[in-house]
Amino acid sequence: MEHIRTTKVEQVKLLDRFSSSNKALTGTLYLTATHLLFIDFHQKETWILHHHIASVEKLALTTSGCPLVIQCKNFRTVHFIVPRERDCHDIYNSLLQLSKQAKYEDLYAFSYNPKQNDSERLRGWQLIDLAEEYQRMGVPNSNWQLSDANRDYKICETYPKELYVPRIASKPIIVGSSKFRSKGRFPVLSYYHQSKEAAICRCSQPLSGFSARCLEDEHLLQAISKANPANHYMYVVDTRPRLNAMANRAAGKGYENEDNYSNIRFQFVGIENIHVMRSSLQRLLEVSGTRGLSVGDLYSGLQSSGWLRHVQAVLGAAVVLAKAVTTESASVLVHCSDGWDRTSQVCSLGSLLLDPYYRTVRGFMVLIEKDWISFGHKFSERCGHLDGDPKEVSPVFTQFLECVWHLTEQFPQAFEFNEAFLLQIHEHIHSCQFGNFIGNCQKEREELKLKEKTYSLWPFLLEDRVKYLNPLYQPQAQEFAVLEPNTVSFNFKFWRNMYHQFDRTLHPRQSVFNIIANMNEQNKQLENDIKDLESQIKQCKNKQADGVLTKELLNSVRPESPTLKTSLCFKEQTLLPGNDALRTIDSSNPADNRYSEYAEEFSKPDPAVVSLEYGVARMTC
Amino acid sequence: MEFSELIRTGQAQAELLRGPEAPPLRGTLCVTGHHLLLSPGPQATPDLWLLLLRSVDSIEKRVAGDCGTITLRCKDLRVLQLDIEGVEATLNIARSIEGLRLGDAWHFHPPERYYKRVAREVLLRSSQPLIGPQKRRCAEDEALLRAVLAGSRPGARGFIVDTRSAQTAKQARMTGGGTEAKAAYPGWKRLHRPLERGRPLQESFVHLVEACGDLEQSMDHWLSRLAGCRWLAHVKEALSTACLAAQGMEREGACILVHGAEGTDSTLVVTSLAQLILDPSSRTMAGFQELVEREWIQAGHPFQLRCAHSAFSHARPKHEAPTFLLFLDCVWQLGRQFPLSLEFGEGMLLALFDHAYASPFGTFLCNSEQERCLCEVRTRTHSLWSGLNQLKEQRKLRNPLYVPNPLALWPSVEPQSLRLWQGLFLRWTRPPEPSEAAWEKVWQIVTDQEKTEGSQPTVSASELQL
Repeated sequence: MEHIRTTKVEQVKLLDRFSSSNKALTGTLYLTATHLLFIDFHQKETWILHHHIASVEKLALTTSGCPLVIQCKNFRTVHFIVPRERDCHDIYNSLLQLSKQAKYEDLYAFSYNPKQNDSERLRGWQLIDLAEEYQRMGVPNSNWQLSDANRDYKICETYPKELYVPRIASKPIIVGSSKFRSKGRFPVLSYYHQSKEAAICRCSQPLSGFSARCLEDEHLLQAISKANPANHYMYVVDTRPRLNAMANRAAGKGYENEDNYSNIRFQFVGIENIHVMRSSLQRLLEVSGTRGLSVGDLYSGLQSSGWLRHVQAVLGAAVVLAKAVTTESASVLVHCSDGWDRTSQVCSLGSLLLDPYYRTVRGFMVLIEKDWISFGHKFSERCGHLDGDPKEVSPVFTQFLECVWHLTEQFPQAFEFNEAFLLQIHEHIHSCQFGNFIGNCQKEREELKLKEKTYSLWPFLLEDRVKYLNPLYQPQAQEFAVLEPNTVSFNFKFWRNMYHQFDRTLHPRQSVFNIIANMNEQNKQLENDIKDLESQIKQCKNKQADGVLTKELLNSVRPESPTLKTSLCFKEQTLLPGNDALRTIDSSNPADNRYSEYAEEFSKPDPAVVSLEYGVARMTC
Repeated sequence: MEFSELIRTGQAQAELLRGPEAPPLRGTLCVTGHHLLLSPGPQATPDLWLLLLRSVDSIEKRVAGDCGTITLRCKDLRVLQLDIEGVEATLNIARSIEGLRLGDAWHFHPPERYYKRVAREVLLRSSQPLIGPQKRRCAEDEALLRAVLAGSRPGARGFIVDTRSAQTAKQARMTGGGTEAKAAYPGWKRLHRPLERGRPLQESFVHLVEACGDLEQSMDHWLSRLAGCRWLAHVKEALSTACLAAQGMEREGACILVHGAEGTDSTLVVTSLAQLILDPSSRTMAGFQELVEREWIQAGHPFQLRCAHSAFSHARPKHEAPTFLLFLDCVWQLGRQFPLSLEFGEGMLLALFDHAYASPFGTFLCNSEQERCLCEVRTRTHSLWSGLNQLKEQRKLRNPLYVPNPLALWPSVEPQSLRLWQGLFLRWTRPPEPSEAAWEKVWQIVTDQEKTEGSQPTVSASELQL
């Protein structure tokens, strides 16, 4: 609270980001300990969590006031104009302080209270149980076992305690291998494909330099290979571009030498590093955030940012994994440099392609818990939760969500969840409202006592499950058992609903999903009604046959006369989508769109010839 | 007719390759006056494969040894390969296809002014006024436009949306055309919104189709080709000009006159889209057919000239331009942004595209009403609309989610809101999409609903027996 000097500023203007006519909403700006709140004169509220703020910028003073531009991590951009410079300065300074916390304990999650008692909180944390998940996959079994080698985080600080390794890999082999791997992240099981008996394993790069070897590491890889009875060779997938991997050799790191490891097939898949991804997305957002953008600019911006190329590469790598497992029954070992960014992306996407369970609401939570949270994706650093090194921030997880979104676009019936679910998860990796994504690894999370001091996100998402369901989901469809996405270039599109999720004017005006979901609900209800009525009729008939049909019974049926009831509920429900549609269209008024600037042309008095030329120039620009 | 002269070899054994997704087809190939037939042997499926010869855009033949290959690129952007036994047969069949696919070309006349009344504001279209270098005036024309304003609400203003740039409009005076002088038309104000037409539009289409045919290209290459072909930019311009015209009527209560040079191309894109935006009745199945009939066919869009070749033709384009396709693409964009408000679906737009370029029906024949009368099209051919309105076609053409929407549809024209129409441009290159299966599911949900709704009489009937 000590950072807040001004809590309320009146007569603040909120500018529309894409309107060139400088349309503005006037309202009051409030600053609270956790949120920035703007209430416009329609009483519409815009809440911005301090943790979501990526940057605050104070622009040069104008005649109407002092502009304040806030960029958020959830891709919201707001442009306020504060009448007095003093107020603007106060808010600017407060936001600078409030958006960057120095300690974990100052994050929102540690003060957020959803009014649950301790046992509810604990149950929330126990909702996703990874031991259960490994059991579902079919481990431990005769080839794979749970290792207690990392019980006290002794071998690897950034790994979880419970790790699954080949049964024939002894502890000395594990310890030896971990010493030969960057950050001690030795090869462990990420996903086990029960029917193919093939495994997806993950690790970090070997410390091979130009010629170093490690027998234990070689043994461990062989053990993974042997744990798969169906196939005598395994793939080792280095997710980095070849050049980067070679450069790492000079620093004593590098990649596996095929000559030293028996029966491995080594390959690079060429995904760029976190720094490239960060600037790529930055460039993309710069382009797509430009006012008065032309079609050509958008596509050349998409191209020059390289973002879709990177997304294609990540998804392509996942396809390589899935293919190796399904067509060759081969196990795959995946690594990048440290094995927590690209490796997490590729392993989780690979499992998503292979296993329909991960495409359910609950399964997707499990997948994130397993391949991202427990295996130590550095959420706090990548999302910039604390004031730290900006070079550690990178949209790796966002990119993963985008890959999943592309899959949902290609396979609209294969996923139980919809786009809103992905957007909501993205919202919360940055919000720090729940404890799940705080910290960089399990050890750190335990030290922070997150399970005692914060709440888990998942039960809250499950509570709202209905909102996140895909009405077209076909859980039983055989053709979606293993997804084989087509990664040709034209299947990749700009994800408008992510990067412009708050720019309502750019969105489709009506939603198909909502209406289908409504219809589905309606159908279910109607079917139930029919069943009810039919059973009632049956009862009546039986009673009639028994000769006990009395007037009262008839009366008891009448009020629920099927025609009346179904037509009633039908009427009510057909109205609903209609209303919905109307509401959405209402918001689509021509003034929201950019062609509205021509309206000014309409309303201008007939100009002289010279200014008409000016008008023409404006119209064509 | 002299069809028989063009057909030297009527039959041959052949194999048909229809792209990576469909299985190849073997059988007897047959050339008739209008069609190419492939009948698989009696042991195979009884399905007959049929191709309208007019839909062939370009043809390529190659011979090697004692068999030959003909590659047919169709106007609906399909690419087919025929492997034919016998060199002579191949050459003869290729020649027949070449000879038979071409239709006659007719001459074309600029149309007069047409009117379309919507409430008290009117949307008019016309060709350019014939001002010429001498800056001629025409009292009748001026009186006409004055009368339009007088007939509207008092104080109403008029806007002339010229679909050419001010520069081009001025230059048109050299060839006898031009644009309305301000002084001569009081109450009317001119706005220039240049839309691409003619050869640049055709080239844009050709480049886009080329880009869509390349499955192996890198992301960078694809995106730069997509930007370079400028197709989506044309879509954006067309849509926003239509919105401008519609907005002028709805918001300003103004009368709008749209014209370019001849009033038979970009003018029609603008007026027909503006009606779709404003008028709910034009968004129904029947209303849309009426719109196409009125605003395109009767308005004299020269379909024969514009659709003589599609994107594959090697011939230097003369009069070809995918103006109608541009309109269909804009309608598709509108349908994507308002998925519940159009009664027809993507299938309808695809069917119109296919039939505009090659059709067994007479609807899109000729370049104007006058020609159609001369050729007795109405008595000698069948109408596409009766073909489309058959019951069995409905599932393909209709939008299952249609809910009548009384309001105007204001689409977003930001580049982020526009998408490449994959259903058209990638129809034959991509594998059948799981999303099509998803539409099946949507249909199923909708029909389920109708069924459950329909099951109530049986229940009440049995109740009545009680």
